[in-house]
Amino acid sequence: MPDRDPVITLDAVTVRYGAQAALQDVSASFAAGAVGLLGPNGAGKSTMLKALLGFIVPTSGKMRVLGLDVAAAPLEIRSRVGYMPESDAHIPGMNAVSFVAYCGQLAGLPPADAMQRAHEVLFYVGLGEARYRNVETYSTGMKQRIKLAQALVHDPDLLFLDEPTNGMDPKGRDEMLELVRDLALNKGINLIVSSHLLPDVEFTCEQVIVMDRGRVVASGPIAGMKQPRGRVYELRVKLPDGPETLDRFVGSLHREGLECHMTDEDVMRVFVPGDGGARALFALAASSAVQVRHLRPSVPTLEDVFAKAVGSE
Amino acid sequence: MSPIHDQGYRRYGGQRARHGRAWAVIASAGVRTLFKKRAFLGLMFLAWGPFFVRAVQLYAAANLPQAAFLAPTPQLFRDFLAQQDAFVFFVTVYAGAGLIANDRRANALQIYLSKPLSRLEYVIGKLAILVGLLLLVTWVPGILLLIVQILFAGNFTFFLDNLYLFPAITLFSLVRVLTAASIMLALSSLSKSSRYVGVIYAGLIFFTQALSGVLRAVTSSSSMAWVSVESNLNQIGDVIFRLSPRADLPWIVSLLIVAGLMALSAFVLERRVRGVEVVA
Repeated sequence: MPDRDPVITLDAVTVRYGAQAALQDVSASFAAGAVGLLGPNGAGKSTMLKALLGFIVPTSGKMRVLGLDVAAAPLEIRSRVGYMPESDAHIPGMNAVSFVAYCGQLAGLPPADAMQRAHEVLFYVGLGEARYRNVETYSTGMKQRIKLAQALVHDPDLLFLDEPTNGMDPKGRDEMLELVRDLALNKGINLIVSSHLLPDVEFTCEQVIVMDRGRVVASGPIAGMKQPRGRVYELRVKLPDGPETLDRFVGSLHREGLECHMTDEDVMRVFVPGDGGARALFALAASSAVQVRHLRPSVPTLEDVFAKAVGSE
Repeated sequence: MSPIHDQGYRRYGGQRARHGRAWAVIASAGVRTLFKKRAFLGLMFLAWGPFFVRAVQLYAAANLPQAAFLAPTPQLFRDFLAQQDAFVFFVTVYAGAGLIANDRRANALQIYLSKPLSRLEYVIGKLAILVGLLLLVTWVPGILLLIVQILFAGNFTFFLDNLYLFPAITLFSLVRVLTAASIMLALSSLSKSSRYVGVIYAGLIFFTQALSGVLRAVTSSSSMAWVSVESNLNQIGDVIFRLSPRADLPWIVSLLIVAGLMALSAFVLERRVRGVEVVA
């Protein structure tokens, strides 16, 4: 089992691309185990991973990975870290087993060990039968798997997975998430899963760090963050006086300190702090001339935590 | 019941090499990949053609009295290396154009640099591929020719009379090869298309050579030969082989230009070889 000390700490880290700040004074601590790095596109998740790998030098701040200073010992860190990049990436002109073995050798494994590990890891990620095919002929899902294989071949203590299910079909996605979960729970590898997909993070991770616009906006154990400090209601409304009444209703909810956001299914999720009940919601709807057609108490989800943290409606 | 062989993930408890050796992994993999290509093998075979012709010349000079006019001189070795320039060009384009460009196309840089190797190691590994191959068509046949001369002559007279030839062949081959390799590697880092890189390199060599020729015709002097990469290398080569420089140009100028080109290449590589491309 991994130890419980933080595997990564960031202390007031700022990263700038010209005038644009990709990370702004970020201080965070990643516990051992599987930690989700959650946020919308452009939140700074990938930038954080690249800074931790030493690809990007921060403008200010300090970072430690596995107890080592990123600025002082980048090679020692990279020998203990595996990185699965977000975009397609491979060494051109190689078949899968040569590619993964080559990555093992680059990480310091002797050639024979690297080749043996390459075969094992390719079977583990489900590419055993396709391991002699040129990587350039792989489908998107297979390319995701080979990126995981090259990140695992040198047996890292810590894995950075940047959008690991990008472009995968539902079956492939489920298999990838099972692999990630297995690595964290059964193989003793610490994981950082960067994703904008809440279900992926919720399935694979115990902890989450939520980022938005280059800042950490929430962090902690997922179970703890989902603990209700109030009640959540699912709400569907009818707007007899036109769509502008919805804005009035949402405005009145906010004035009363009630968080609300729309889901994909055109259902509002309203967070009522404390012991507040549905009565207050009915009263506000009536005062805004909005008809409540459906109201159901719900369980807080990671999506609620995320929406609350990034302040979306 | 446990499986006979578990194909699941296992932790690794074996040895790991110390940092600083990944460049050799890159270099050996690159060379192996090239030697698997028939076209490249054919090119290398052709590149050794002049060596065999010169070897026959040395044999005839040593063994046939009527071929005494073919007796070796230091100029022979300088001319041999000049002949190899064409093969240096073709090998540089064939083997060098895709060295970084292909990695950039496949986003391989972030794979490389997420492993325990520095950017410098990556560049040294790539440079070693090209330098190694180019030395195979310059320094190796040059030195072998010297050995062949000794073997055919059956004495060390020519070698001892021209002791500077061994360091001259070595030094000029290194200058020639390092210049071509560093320029090509820098160009390769600027694009994702190896074809485009090859065309740019060829353009750089031929355009500067043509420009030098035009300036020579216009000014009736070879003092402007410094605009050509090849002319500068020829100038340095003549000085190293203790021959009269062919252009009316101080050799130190040529040396400074070649050093400047290498410095510029190093600068470009420092800017371009990164794990992440930042477009600010």
